[in-house]
Amino acid sequence: MASDRTASETTEFDVHTDEMLINMGPQHPSTHGVLRLALRTDGEVVTEVTSHIGYLHRCAEKIGENLTPRQFLPYTDRLDYLAGMNMNLGWALCVEKLLGRQVSEKTRHLRVIVCELSRIASHLVAAGCYGLDLGSFTPFMWTFREREKILNLFEEVCGARLTYSYITVGGVTADVPSGWLGRCEEFLDQFEPVIADLHALLTSNAIFIHRTAALGVMEPAMAIDYGCTGPVLRGSGVDWDLRRDGEPILTGMYEGYTWQVIAATNGQYPQDHPYPPVPSAAVLGDSWHRYFVRMLEVVQSVSLVRQAIEKYSRAGGVVDPPIALKQKLPKGEAYLETEAPKGQMGFMIISDGSPVPWRVRIRSSSFCNLSVLPELCRGVLVADVPSIVGSLDLVLGEIDR
Amino acid sequence: MNAQSIHARLADRFGPSLAAQDVEALDPWIEVKAEGLLDVCRYLRQEPDLAFDMLHCITGVDYFEADPKKAAVDPHLELIYHLSSMRHRHRLVLKVRVPRWREDKPGQLPEVPSLSGIWSTADWHEREVFDLSGVCFVGHRELRRILCPEDWVGHPLRKDYQMPAEYHGIPAR
Repeated sequence: MASDRTASETTEFDVHTDEMLINMGPQHPSTHGVLRLALRTDGEVVTEVTSHIGYLHRCAEKIGENLTPRQFLPYTDRLDYLAGMNMNLGWALCVEKLLGRQVSEKTRHLRVIVCELSRIASHLVAAGCYGLDLGSFTPFMWTFREREKILNLFEEVCGARLTYSYITVGGVTADVPSGWLGRCEEFLDQFEPVIADLHALLTSNAIFIHRTAALGVMEPAMAIDYGCTGPVLRGSGVDWDLRRDGEPILTGMYEGYTWQVIAATNGQYPQDHPYPPVPSAAVLGDSWHRYFVRMLEVVQSVSLVRQAIEKYSRAGGVVDPPIALKQKLPKGEAYLETEAPKGQMGFMIISDGSPVPWRVRIRSSSFCNLSVLPELCRGVLVADVPSIVGSLDLVLGEIDR
Repeated sequence: MNAQSIHARLADRFGPSLAAQDVEALDPWIEVKAEGLLDVCRYLRQEPDLAFDMLHCITGVDYFEADPKKAAVDPHLELIYHLSSMRHRHRLVLKVRVPRWREDKPGQLPEVPSLSGIWSTADWHEREVFDLSGVCFVGHRELRRILCPEDWVGHPLRKDYQMPAEYHGIPAR
């Protein structure tokens, strides 16, 4: 078991061999994309990890300097391509902050519906792929089966299954088709029992616990120092979520909703949930906790979608259309971070008064979450590196931009 | 603490190191001279009632207009640091203004002290700004390119950057 590994008890840690440099990636399945890790190893023990990124670099920021905000929107889909809706939202809210615009009630609730569905889809991929990294195939199939249903719902609202460009500057591209909300609720009804199945497969699975508990432990201070955010930060027990603690333009979107930020305080998770208890081997801030926080957040998102459907149905009026394609921007600068599934996604727009921004900046959450990897991987076994990388839930499209 | 009182605190203590400020902006900012940056940041991090524990982002902005037909801008580079304190829930934007080239010699990158010893986030973000905007962070332990290949020439986010015609035999344009 991970927590029992001490230098004196484990042969791997006792035997010293010649130092070896091992290349992991960029085509390694458990690096979740084109990430290359250079591992300096002593036998089975990793002494140093160096990350090499940039294989997907497209200089999205330079592209943003040459397009109007609405033209740039499809490029935001391709940052964190597992949660395109949340990327659209981050960019749309940032430009709206510069424009000083507020969307209608109906638009606000519609945005909550699609963003939280997108969060569920992203966390499902995170959990499923994490199981796959550790040799468990079934959860991967089950989570992708559920995610497929969310993608079907998204396809109905905007025609795309991955790169939506649905939430756009000023509003959304179109209202939902008739009967869509009902199908959305049907999905939630059948999905809720499945969450318990996933917990049964992974959360309390002895092998899974052995591969994740007490591994890659991150102290809260270290997480904050490296700028780690999202489930990676909350897995260390820091009670922080921008949907509650962020800027008014984002928290206003979630005003009137009842939900909880998932973070363990004193080793206890706040809500009463029917899911497996924290195993005794797990240590706050380890890979297991990062995974568990995501699984509990899925339940919160389901509740948020239900509330949003109800609020959307009651809200009068119509959804807001997008701004003009080449609308002039006011001179100024706006920076905004939103709570994306993988962490705090920041966008910045600097405008000189013309329709095309002078500068666009993208602060990637996975970029910061990855930067802490050398600290987490010091002195672990080679086989544990994929387990730690998987627990960070990285998307390289967002890291490389 | 609100932006006004944070700015006032800094003005009191680091008056000569500050260059300009705007509390009315969407995100209130304060401009620090490059030589005073380290002291200001150490103070922001360590002072208990400021406690800026998180550095969110470092942005490099190039101000330069090559096209004579467009409105001229004062050529310079600007670094923008977004800081926040989780404990006190306040935010701060720091700006540092540097020339586009050190001593106006093209190819000589302007120098700014590295903050990687104060916030670890700065480590990778400074490498990114060095890579894409061309700023040399003095005191960084390993200032090398992060997103572009190590043998890449130029800094793509500079406004006068020219994309190379080819890279190792791969046509780029």
